[in-house]
Amino acid sequence: MLPSFSPTAPKLFIGCGAGFSGDRWDAAVPVVKALRATGGPAVLMFETLAERTLALAQLSRRQNPNSGWEPSLDRFLLPVLRDCVEGGIPIVSNFGAANPVGAAHRIHALAAQLQLRRLKVAVVEGDDLLGATDRLDELLPPAVHGKRLVSANAYLGATEIAHALRAGADVVVTGRVADPSLALGPMLAYFGWAQDDWDRLARGTMAGHLLECGAQVTGGYFADPGLKDVPGLATVGFPIVAMEESGEFVITKPPDTGGRVDRLTVTEQLLYEVHDPAAYITPDVIADISDAELQALDGGDRVRVSGIRGHARTDTLKATLCYEGGWLAEGEISYAGPNAAARARLAADVVRERLQLLGFGALAVRADLIGVASILLDDAGRWATAHPCGDSNDVRLRLAAACTSRAEAEALTREVLALYTCGPAGGGGVRTHVTPRLASDSCLVPRDWLKPSWRFVE
Amino acid sequence: MKVQLHTLAHARTGDKGNRSSISLVAYHARDWQRLVDQVTEARVAHLFAHRQPTAVRRYLLPKLHAMNFVLDDVLDGGVNGSLNLDSHGKALSGLLLTLDIEMETP
Repeated sequence: MLPSFSPTAPKLFIGCGAGFSGDRWDAAVPVVKALRATGGPAVLMFETLAERTLALAQLSRRQNPNSGWEPSLDRFLLPVLRDCVEGGIPIVSNFGAANPVGAAHRIHALAAQLQLRRLKVAVVEGDDLLGATDRLDELLPPAVHGKRLVSANAYLGATEIAHALRAGADVVVTGRVADPSLALGPMLAYFGWAQDDWDRLARGTMAGHLLECGAQVTGGYFADPGLKDVPGLATVGFPIVAMEESGEFVITKPPDTGGRVDRLTVTEQLLYEVHDPAAYITPDVIADISDAELQALDGGDRVRVSGIRGHARTDTLKATLCYEGGWLAEGEISYAGPNAAARARLAADVVRERLQLLGFGALAVRADLIGVASILLDDAGRWATAHPCGDSNDVRLRLAAACTSRAEAEALTREVLALYTCGPAGGGGVRTHVTPRLASDSCLVPRDWLKPSWRFVE
Repeated sequence: MKVQLHTLAHARTGDKGNRSSISLVAYHARDWQRLVDQVTEARVAHLFAHRQPTAVRRYLLPKLHAMNFVLDDVLDGGVNGSLNLDSHGKALSGLLLTLDIEMETP
């Protein structure tokens, strides 16, 4: 449990156990060990809710009312829950997705399974706009008009998380909140920063920003052999922030883990998905990192972050809208040896001609020659025209199209499969996929349309 | 003498919707001014011309020896609509690092 705040409070340590739903399940173990070793007040956060993860959760809940929360919750929590409870380290996470109460029930069950004491599990609610307002149509961007919305959730801020922690929560489960707010909430609870102390809120927000993608600040997503080498990526340590009452902080990682924390890794993540560095907008504050400074500290793997300022928060909250987006059809086949690229190109032409013959001529089919040119290409093929592609004796053709129906999508994948016998010589390794798509867009919602709240769930 | 930007700086791409943001960080302070002079909005717009950006903006962070490029409407619709295997455009930082940089001081 967090002690109550005081102006002379020592540092608050915040560790991150996951930066997305697909993250390593065992990464939190050394983080919690290091948090316990500090002997200081500490919090563990997990960020597992990407933009459309919430829409997937919403679809899952429609099938089963008890689901709709983070599917890997057990795997993330089981290795660390006992240590966190025994060490008095609250856990804050957006595990709740489309069903925070469901996640809270599951966490009680896990605690029982581990024979821990009865936990105080809080949920944050009020982010879901579907059903919460009948005026949503007024806000929808043009692309979303007439579409079937799967989810519509506003990004809430740190306030409710802070209230739950101050009331003694062992675990706080949210749905959609801004990712950095998962870290700012504990800071508000612990330091008692004022809701309009914009500089401190901005510093705490950027600390949360550095934490919320997990290893992306400690050497993950960074290595470039020979230029940017990273030791021990297989055991990369996830980040820990030591936050001071002033809002200045040091970012580091657990001892005896892989990775690196230095000016270069921290700069890359500080700017990650930031547009205007003078105005990084969250529900809590507008952060300005134009004059941010990084100082690598003696001993290595520790960087001090200062110089961040803040401005008053906006009157609106961003909301992400997800809607049904048709079908993605993909088919792949490989060619090798002399003239392989030419055979792959011929195969693409054959499939396009077949679709024409079958009445699917309107489908725009993207062709990638994996091994020659693929990832830098644009869908319209302008890059391929401007940059005559080379050759290769080991090529995988990938054809992809956006379809309005499953039948249309399967027309493409069937034609890729038929290349086995009817296509160019030596084609092998066909794989096809037909996937329903979720599209997303965003809009701004007036703050007073939302009534964020928190409560304990028994 | 020209060298590839890749040897002087590193980069990371992020995305929001159909907008890509690419950070560029100098390995050494001594190269910072050279990057400011040569990695311009115009050159980046030209490099990404096939993606038809509707705007290219550059933000400088001199204390970090870093800059941030924001390219609007370059992701074929982004995660929603793009048929690219890399619908987030994560690999676009690699394209930025192919720029040539002139090393001789005038």
